[in-house]
Amino acid sequence: MSQHDAIWFSLPPRATALPEAPPAPPRATVTVTVDGASVDVPEGATLLDACRAAGKDVPTLCYLETLTPVNACRVCVVEVAGARVLAPACSRKAEAGMQVQTNSPRVRTSRKVVLELLASSVDLSTADELTPLLAEYGADPGRFGAAAATVAQPVKDDNDLYVRDYSKCVLCYKCVEACGTDAQNTFAIAVAGRGFHAHISTELDVPLPESACVYCGNCIAVCPTGALMAKPEFTLRQAGQWAPERQTAVDTICPYCGVGCTLTAHVQDDRIVKVTSPFENGVTRGNLCVKGRFGFEYVNEPEAGD
Amino acid sequence: MDIHVVGPEANADERAAVDALLGAPSTGWDGGDRDIARDGRSSRGGRPAAIAQRHLLLPAFHAVQDRVGWVSRGAMNYICQRLIVPPAEAWGVLTFYHLFATGPRAAAVVHVCDDIACRARGAESLCASLAEALGPEGTAPDGRGTTWMRSPCLGQCERAPAALVVRAGAPASRAVVAPVSGTDALTRALEASSGHLTESLAELRAIVPQAGQPGLTLLRRVGLVDPASLEAYRAAGGYTALARALELGPAGIIAEVTAAKLMGRGGAAFPTGVKWAAVAAEPAEPHYVVCNADESEPGTFKDRVLMAGDPFAIIEAMTICGIATRSTRGFLYVRGEYPDAEVRIAQAAAAARAAGLLGDDVCGSGYAFDLEIRRGAGAYICGEETALFNSLEGKRGEPRSKPPFPSQAGVFGKPTVVNNVETLANVLPILTEGAAAWAATGTASSTGTRLFCVSGHVTRPGLYELPFGVTLGEVLTRAGGVAGGRDLQAILLGGAAGMFVGPESLDLRLTFEDTRAAGLTLGSGVVMVFDDTTDLADVLGRIAQFFEDESCGQCVPCRVGTVRQRELLAQLRADAGVTARAERLAILAELGQAMRDASICGLGQTASSAVESAVARLQVFRSGSAL
Repeated sequence: MSQHDAIWFSLPPRATALPEAPPAPPRATVTVTVDGASVDVPEGATLLDACRAAGKDVPTLCYLETLTPVNACRVCVVEVAGARVLAPACSRKAEAGMQVQTNSPRVRTSRKVVLELLASSVDLSTADELTPLLAEYGADPGRFGAAAATVAQPVKDDNDLYVRDYSKCVLCYKCVEACGTDAQNTFAIAVAGRGFHAHISTELDVPLPESACVYCGNCIAVCPTGALMAKPEFTLRQAGQWAPERQTAVDTICPYCGVGCTLTAHVQDDRIVKVTSPFENGVTRGNLCVKGRFGFEYVNEPEAGD
Repeated sequence: MDIHVVGPEANADERAAVDALLGAPSTGWDGGDRDIARDGRSSRGGRPAAIAQRHLLLPAFHAVQDRVGWVSRGAMNYICQRLIVPPAEAWGVLTFYHLFATGPRAAAVVHVCDDIACRARGAESLCASLAEALGPEGTAPDGRGTTWMRSPCLGQCERAPAALVVRAGAPASRAVVAPVSGTDALTRALEASSGHLTESLAELRAIVPQAGQPGLTLLRRVGLVDPASLEAYRAAGGYTALARALELGPAGIIAEVTAAKLMGRGGAAFPTGVKWAAVAAEPAEPHYVVCNADESEPGTFKDRVLMAGDPFAIIEAMTICGIATRSTRGFLYVRGEYPDAEVRIAQAAAAARAAGLLGDDVCGSGYAFDLEIRRGAGAYICGEETALFNSLEGKRGEPRSKPPFPSQAGVFGKPTVVNNVETLANVLPILTEGAAAWAATGTASSTGTRLFCVSGHVTRPGLYELPFGVTLGEVLTRAGGVAGGRDLQAILLGGAAGMFVGPESLDLRLTFEDTRAAGLTLGSGVVMVFDDTTDLADVLGRIAQFFEDESCGQCVPCRVGTVRQRELLAQLRADAGVTARAERLAILAELGQAMRDASICGLGQTASSAVESAVARLQVFRSGSAL
């Protein structure tokens, strides 16, 4: 075997993650107590990190590993001994000696009420992460009465690629962050208005085609409630044909350019119905561009392959 | 930064208004005429350039609003080009602040306060007569040039009912009318005002019933010394504290303020010396001084009177704070509803600057300090210190999560000392009298005097300066007791974020320690009195509406919780069934606990205080209660 053969035939498998950085020097740790159990976490870690290290999961809604925490939803609150109010686990840094309770009566009450406030004002019918929590915390959104104000409004269906149903928006800010400095740097949407009237909006709420939107769909990827949804999924759901139990997820590489983003094709009945990218992927961190996320329809056209 | 500006362009008026603030655009890239030879084909910009100018967003919106009466998409687009702000973000900021109009509006607007103090003094009948004279709220039928709108507390509670009269133009005019004798008075104010109206000494004396009496410290010049004259201020003891401060040096100033045990007067009662020392010790540069003059707590008007009546004192105190904390730049953030205070402070700052008391070399001392005045735009939440920072930076006034605290990362992410107006005013007598002598007034833990904003059903509403330790009953007596000799039903102590007490609390000593022990708060010094004819359930409904209107909307407990609180109170008023009441009171209590425990900032954490105190202490909504 020649030297060239060795080079040609021993290529490593195509990477879907960035090569790992050399190990960092060991960081100082801080010790905190989570529900009575002592746990060491690196300096700078959050209480959420500490809770997870201690095996105590804390529910989150507006938190995502790839985005800057905005701590707006308050679902992840925990009780820190000596503090006047509860702390958002997702963003509060762990400090040495902190005594954290993840499931105290105060914590449970706050989480329950927060879930009730959301469920009584927002359509959570496609918020699959959230609905199990309602039962877990005994939330009774109906107790505010049938006349409780909601954010119900008509669906915004103003372009070919995705649909915005802000009746389902919990205002977690994730889409704004993904459109802004956390991923896309397009700044097509922001939070507008104030208080209960705060909402996600383009400038003057103009339709997306008249805005700065580049249709990367990274907002859809981070939306936890289905308020933002790609058109094929929306259409199938409208027709009652969306069937996650019949879907398989297939990882592949985007065919369009040399970046080589990992795509996860969600296939139902031999048709691609949605494309995502894994959040833990080192190349994309869950983000794609308009081609990768939406440019799959040709695969579903029979003449393309035949 | 990738900015995509589409849609209409600004008209000549709008451009002129923005250019008057920012200067003419220098290239086609920031909104001027395109000239390829001059501008080249690559845009300047990027995030550093964007961040450097973003803080001018609110001043730019104000410039257009003042000139045209509303901010069009074209005007917003032009501002976005000038300041490198994405239009969607600018829209988010514009729609956050209620004094900005986003659609065409009559050039003249009467903002009528219908909040609790004015409500107790006939605000609703004023609104009714305005509706009759001008048409429904917010409309201008028949193309009339005047409209009216309801407003949250305008901070004129001692002379309720009040209105803020604004006319767009070049120049714009803004004036307060209080008390409003009728719609004719408002019409006259609209016709007469060709600029900002300021108050005469006699008008100031009417606000301070103790004016001219011995024993006053913070109010000793208000109503007696011309607030427009630096010479008069100096003749009345002004700028002696700065001279003393320059002798003491930064460490000496902080030692005095700490020894005096001065506590913040804005509501949180944090030790001022500790705050100053923390900022002074921060290695990051630069440091900033922020004077929180966004006084918007319903029932509060003390800072307005200090700024309008003794503006040089606030400038002098900010200068001393700057020297003590190694800050060379300060911001005074004054609420947009205070034209009188803003004009006085601006006059004072200009006079101080001309006299070398502000600038690169304050009084030849080698210290540099100067300040900018920034106007709020109708958002109570911006009185929360971190929301105020965001507002100064040209963002939505959404509070930040703490920590980090302002002393570590405040405005522009730099170490910042933020003090309330009244807190700063106390620094002057601390330095001139010495900490020990100053602290001899009051109690051991609550040193000095306190300003009490007395309003509602009292004989002599006004601003009172009394030593800490005075009882609530003594404050009421000073104000001549309940008006018309009626019986006292309740007192709202500390503001809308404070609590209700009944007649049994008249012996309460007004100190930080006594109120804390009683589960109460002095808040911003509000003492609002309600007589036995008051429908307290109606007052609670207005307070709940206030918090719903003023919630920034960032966190769920406050955004939705304030709405549910208002709905539950309406249900309680409508439904007399005892069982239904008990159920709703239980929900209200649990809601209050979650808002207090899980909200990001003080607004959500205190939005249920007044309601809960009224239910617990005054038995409102309990069976057999005064409904």
